[in-house]
Amino acid sequence: MERILIENGRIIDPANNVERLGSVYVADGKIVSVIYKPIGFEADKVIDARNLIVCPGFIDLSARLREPGQTRKATIASETAAASAAGITTLCLPPDTSPVIDTPAVAELVKDKARKAGFRQVLPIAALTQKLEGAELTAMMALKQVGCIAVSNANQPVKNLLVLRRAMEYAASHDLLFMYRPNEPALYNNGCVHEGVLSTRYGLPSIPEAAETIALSQCLELVSLTGCRVHFGQISCARSVFMLEQAKLSGLNVSADVAIHQLHLTEDDIIPFDSAYHVQPPLRTVADKNALREGLARGIIDSICSDHQPHDLDAKLGAFPETDPGVSALETVLPLMLKLVGDGAITLEQGIAALTHKPAQLLGLDRGALTGGFAADICIFDPEQDWQVNAENWRSQGVNTPFWGQVFKGKVIYTLQSGKVVYGDPVSSD
Amino acid sequence: MTKNLQLNSEGKLKHFLTIEGLDRQLLIDILDLAESFVGMSDQRIKKVPLLRGKSIVNLFFENSTRTRTTFELAANRLSADVLSMSIATSSTSKGESLLDTIRNLEAMYVDMFVVRHAISGAAHFIAQHSAPHISVINAGDGQHAHPTQAMLDMFTIRQIKKDFSKLRVAIVGDILHSRVARSDILALNALGVAEVRVIAPKTLLPTKVETLGVNVSHNLVDGLQDIDVIIMLRLQKERMSAALLPSESEYFKCFGLTEQRLKYAKPDAMVMHPGPINRGVEIESKVADGSQSVILNQVSNGIAVRMAIMAMAMQKQGGV
Repeated sequence: MERILIENGRIIDPANNVERLGSVYVADGKIVSVIYKPIGFEADKVIDARNLIVCPGFIDLSARLREPGQTRKATIASETAAASAAGITTLCLPPDTSPVIDTPAVAELVKDKARKAGFRQVLPIAALTQKLEGAELTAMMALKQVGCIAVSNANQPVKNLLVLRRAMEYAASHDLLFMYRPNEPALYNNGCVHEGVLSTRYGLPSIPEAAETIALSQCLELVSLTGCRVHFGQISCARSVFMLEQAKLSGLNVSADVAIHQLHLTEDDIIPFDSAYHVQPPLRTVADKNALREGLARGIIDSICSDHQPHDLDAKLGAFPETDPGVSALETVLPLMLKLVGDGAITLEQGIAALTHKPAQLLGLDRGALTGGFAADICIFDPEQDWQVNAENWRSQGVNTPFWGQVFKGKVIYTLQSGKVVYGDPVSSD
Repeated sequence: MTKNLQLNSEGKLKHFLTIEGLDRQLLIDILDLAESFVGMSDQRIKKVPLLRGKSIVNLFFENSTRTRTTFELAANRLSADVLSMSIATSSTSKGESLLDTIRNLEAMYVDMFVVRHAISGAAHFIAQHSAPHISVINAGDGQHAHPTQAMLDMFTIRQIKKDFSKLRVAIVGDILHSRVARSDILALNALGVAEVRVIAPKTLLPTKVETLGVNVSHNLVDGLQDIDVIIMLRLQKERMSAALLPSESEYFKCFGLTEQRLKYAKPDAMVMHPGPINRGVEIESKVADGSQSVILNQVSNGIAVRMAIMAMAMQKQGGV
């Protein structure tokens, strides 16, 4: 396979504590060396990364690709192309596809489709319960063997706590990470916005923080009971950050991520009845946003995910409560992360870590770092380049983003996945 | 955005979707124009030719005989051609078919939609997706807004109390689910009343209700002190099954307006209700039919106020 030299870039590799100008050497799909030139290394291809940042490719813990089952919204091919253009080299796919990822066949199908799209790292997350119904366990061991990286019940609740307890015990027996999105359905009550000033003013069905914190607290109790490793996905409120800090201090084996839009938008930003802002969990208050940012800076929240949910136009065309929640988010991950850095909320190293080696660690992947021998998943971006979120630049099939039309700083120039340039057009060296 | 959507480039009313974003003068203009229509109902010929040749479609996705009737009468008295459609929600449960309904009617050269819908934001959605020449009047959307009701309430208050600035107004009952309450609160504050007070158990108040610019009381007797205007809200039966209240009789005991309790308000306090009334649940008959009640005035004023709003929204088309 190809030998690639990435030279003159500013290398940021938080896992190895590297932050300096230099070169990265890639051969046979793997990282060979960073900074130091291996003896006899002759590049087939040279990427000039002058004025660019070279970091590990991003790992997204939650991205809906809508395939199988909802190809009118998006396909694995369309969304993996968007991911490559966004510097994302690993996508974790929640199990709420149609059919649900509750059998090895569906997991295989997903991986096969991804392979055909030329994107090797779509990692299916297996359903925790059959059909996500919260009643019977899936064949987790078999699902793990075909490459499912974790188990989850996606957005579906497990109403029966006994089932949840047993599912967690069973997942722990197979050393499977349980990804859990805390949401108590009775309190969620078909809401569509945060219960606060906005819901009161516009008479919109509302979701209190307690819908999240009660489910979180129940699950934390089951973590101490079962010893299952739990990753809490897409938390949205300050109280959750506080509870996670306590849990971590008490030694529970838990981690958490936050959807990148939650670090930027609040209920105050919602343009009345604009369905682009309809997300779940809902956009909460400024205090919540600030607590999430602080939780990320202090490592209470481990990683950032896109919570990518592309939709077709019709899904967002209607009165706000009737539209489908979710944001098409892959392509705004990098600029929004850089905006956090620009706002002084986190350092660039923290931002990159939250998108690379932190999620890699949670999943136990030999990726997310520019370590010799690791797969050469690399993102090379220009932190200063402006680009506009518009039809010309956008690749995802879903155009449902509240950031449409905005101009962002931070553009991916090249993406390498397992040593293959999957985005960008470097000049070959002779 | 809400404001831009409702007003044309000259700041004139194009749609009437919510009180939010409309300034005091515009609300007063509506009341003044309505005033000029009020006498008309007594005349032998009850029509003015303001909207002759215009087509108005009442789109009622949620049933309401009274509101629909007053809108029909208002349109008729403006000499418009009016068609009322009751559309079962089942056939338009998806946004695209709601849009299809609108598109089809647009193709018939309709000038105005009067929309009632069970989902908050439906009227905004229709206004955003209608052809530019079409005006949309919100006749109630979900729990969001019922701005024509609010305007007829303001009209009725002004008729009797003349000046808004010294008034203390109590709104009693299910604020949480009430689009009338939300629109009344916005209108009362825009018109500069001294106080708006909401009186209800916590289960029927939205969170942070004080951010709407109201004071809060959980006790009817305390809450009625110094009150000039009492707006009673209808209590829906389904609130009991949703565990918001124990029973109708307990609600009546705590929040039902009786002759005896009415004495705690100012002696000349006026009693209002958007209807339909649940006698013996939120209000006793003696009060509803009593001398302080203006409930039927509200109904008749509804026609004049809706005529005024329809006429103003059509102004931009040279209709007036």
